[in-house]
Amino acid sequence: MSTTFMLNGVSTTLDADPAMPLLWAIREVAGLHGTKFGCGMALCGACTVHVEGAAVRSCVMPLGGVAGKQVTTIEGLQSKPAKAVQAAWIQLQVPQCGYCQSGQVMSATALLEKIPAPTDADIDGAMSGNICRCATYSRIRAAIHAAAQSIKA
Amino acid sequence: MAIRSFAGRPTRREFLKATGSVSAVALTIGFEWLGPARRAAAASANAALFAPNAFLRIGADGGVTIISKHLEMGQGSYTGVATVLAEELDADWAKVRVESAPANVKLYANSAFGMQGTGGSSAMANSWTQLREAGAKGRAMLLAAASKDWKVPVTELTADKGVVYHAGSKRQASYGSLAGKAAALPVPDKVTLKDPKDFKLIGRQAPRVDVPAKVDGTAQFTLDVALPGMLVALLKRPPLFGATVKSFDASAASAVPGVVKVVQVPHGVAVVAKGFWAASQGRNALIVEWDDANAEKRGSSEMMDEYRRLAGQPAVSARKVGDAAPAIKNAAHTVSASYEFPYLAHAPMEPLDAVVKLTAGSCEIWAGDQFQTVDQGNAAKAAGLDPQQVTINTLYAGGSFGRRANVWSDYIVEAVSIAKASGADGTPIKLQWTREDDLHGGLYRPMYFHKLEAGLNEKKELVGWRHVIVGQSIMAGGPFEAVLVKNGIDGTSVEGAANIAYEIPNIDVELSTTKSPVPVLWWRVVGSSHTTFAVEAFIDEVAYAAGKDPFTFRRDLLEKEPRMKAVLELAADKAGWSSGPLPKGKGRGIAVSEAFKTFVAQVAEVTVDDAGQVTVDRVVCAVDCGIPINPDVIAAQMEGGIGFGLGAALYGAITLKGGRVEQDNFNGYRVLRINEMPKVEVHIVPSAEAPTGVGEPGVAPIGPAVANAIFAATGKRVHLLPFQKPSKA
Repeated sequence: MSTTFMLNGVSTTLDADPAMPLLWAIREVAGLHGTKFGCGMALCGACTVHVEGAAVRSCVMPLGGVAGKQVTTIEGLQSKPAKAVQAAWIQLQVPQCGYCQSGQVMSATALLEKIPAPTDADIDGAMSGNICRCATYSRIRAAIHAAAQSIKA
Repeated sequence: MAIRSFAGRPTRREFLKATGSVSAVALTIGFEWLGPARRAAAASANAALFAPNAFLRIGADGGVTIISKHLEMGQGSYTGVATVLAEELDADWAKVRVESAPANVKLYANSAFGMQGTGGSSAMANSWTQLREAGAKGRAMLLAAASKDWKVPVTELTADKGVVYHAGSKRQASYGSLAGKAAALPVPDKVTLKDPKDFKLIGRQAPRVDVPAKVDGTAQFTLDVALPGMLVALLKRPPLFGATVKSFDASAASAVPGVVKVVQVPHGVAVVAKGFWAASQGRNALIVEWDDANAEKRGSSEMMDEYRRLAGQPAVSARKVGDAAPAIKNAAHTVSASYEFPYLAHAPMEPLDAVVKLTAGSCEIWAGDQFQTVDQGNAAKAAGLDPQQVTINTLYAGGSFGRRANVWSDYIVEAVSIAKASGADGTPIKLQWTREDDLHGGLYRPMYFHKLEAGLNEKKELVGWRHVIVGQSIMAGGPFEAVLVKNGIDGTSVEGAANIAYEIPNIDVELSTTKSPVPVLWWRVVGSSHTTFAVEAFIDEVAYAAGKDPFTFRRDLLEKEPRMKAVLELAADKAGWSSGPLPKGKGRGIAVSEAFKTFVAQVAEVTVDDAGQVTVDRVVCAVDCGIPINPDVIAAQMEGGIGFGLGAALYGAITLKGGRVEQDNFNGYRVLRINEMPKVEVHIVPSAEAPTGVGEPGVAPIGPAVANAIFAATGKRVHLLPFQKPSKA
């Protein structure tokens, strides 16, 4: 069985069980390792990717569910909000262990693509599904605000 | 200031003795190992290397590679060690990169442990002199090379950002261009280190070396290791602690497409497959019958009942000053309270994982390895090899909080055992834990019961303090037990309590050590993760009983502890402690602690709504960790430590029912999320003392600071951890 979809802008056909979670298809079949495994139950957000521009937990999304759709991983980030988020993450020195940060960047990017100037409540809404055990949360919040400012400027 | 000591706290000498048995094996290794990355680097165009010692290499392109003996697990160790070495080298920070050291105890022992490993917030303290000297020697040789080349006295040369200058002749040369010549010169025996006033990197905000790769997804964790032909293994472990495999039926598991092998190992039954998904389905289909004759079948509430009972019985003295019992009995006023602490899982974001490539004569390991010398020895034993046949590639660890440093090397030994049972044919095997495996897997912060009593005289002065601690020992049953558990006292059970900083004429601290098949381990800030709560919540109760302000009451008892007093005063000042009470429903609480010779005080401001829901609005933190090497990393560790400790205080609990763990994933084991993170302000005390660690100490005071703030807001004391009832999965 194979599934064809757009992965980071490139038409991709993966020969794998369509029930396989997208996370493992991306990591083990497509060989892109930026997307992480944290819980397997959509509880921590480490595996966040974009499907048709929306933040999706790839650990519970079956590969078959993205047939014909646009999937973006951390490796494929191109948009202006994405670049602003990554620059702000460096500017504010957000990561510690770094393992959750691909997911954090993906969730933050999806937020800014939808809401260019998010409030703290918007950030809570979009980011509370992404756990960081190092608790880099203050800097994540500050970096999202900083990225929003830089997009506006 | 004298370091307060108590019977159970091991001295460095004792720790070295304890670890000697482990490192003695490794000391015989005596070989230089080049990992694949280094082999590749050596073969590259930068082969003209200047490598004056085991920590530094400079390439012809001027690139400075600093070799870290410490695991980077988020605490900023790579940046810290690089800052210290690069400072004395006068390196260009933009050209500095860090790579992990191979397992080699001769070159890379942690001087606090006598073996290679990271922990106890010791990375900076034990690197400080060693890496300054390593950098200074490198610099001296580069200057000597320029001096020889230009025929000018070395005293006329200066260096800055990787360039040597001679002002008189207006000549300059980059470190890269001098590297080859410097390599031919002798390494000096002695070097003069910089005067701290001349520091250019230390004390500044040098950006972390690992951040860019952790923002674009290219940072390499063990999860990301992909070797040709690699298989993935999931291990089915017993549902009860102490149970063993009686029999298993692999037929359904073997029928899952992609499953290659089902093998029994000492710890359970492993399904080895062509990928995670197949291994996961295979493990779900695997049928195992367990022998639970010797397993823990009690629930945590029954265990706590036993602890509560033991707290009323004679225990072993961990510290005795004067005679607390009569002092309290004869006191004008007495105060008593007890505090209960649950098991806690570390739950690092990267579930444990290790890759092993095992052959008849070699074992190569890839892991976020925290205890290289111990892991090398345990892996060798599991493989039936000698330690020198085991090589370790240390990758970034996706968090640890203590979990990856354990004397059993549990996840490493599992991976080696699976590779051995699979034929040791050189096929790389990645053992992957799931979140459920992590939360069910033991090696928890132990449960504890603390009982405290205090006596106040007519003048409301504190005259007696009695503290009884009941719980499992972290060291018992391990190789460190013989030396580190002294006279029945495991120092990690009582640190933070036995060495209480407050000046009290009569002190009695006792320990009652319990036993259970539930394996336990140090968890970020170790003993102070519970002792600081008990001491700081209780001293607050005592202050209230004395009719005193909780800040001034503490301060007056810390006259002989200037560093502790200073952080307490700084936190109170910056938090506006004296600015009067907060509005109704809000409260302010304070707590102070010393852990690993770093001093931290925190003031928490909370709001408690009518339903009792607690929101922590703001935390002001003061820290004294000696000379601040990287203020931004220190601030980050305080922020993160506060978030980590707050999550545990509010929600963290692993509970057992009939011996089974009741939490399966992050739904049952709640941790702090972004909407619950308070505003945090960090203030660093200027200091000329030698640097101490920051990875752990920020965790200790937050729980009691919040508990004391809840009291200020509501008049109700918190005696049970976590504050919210634990969730069931």
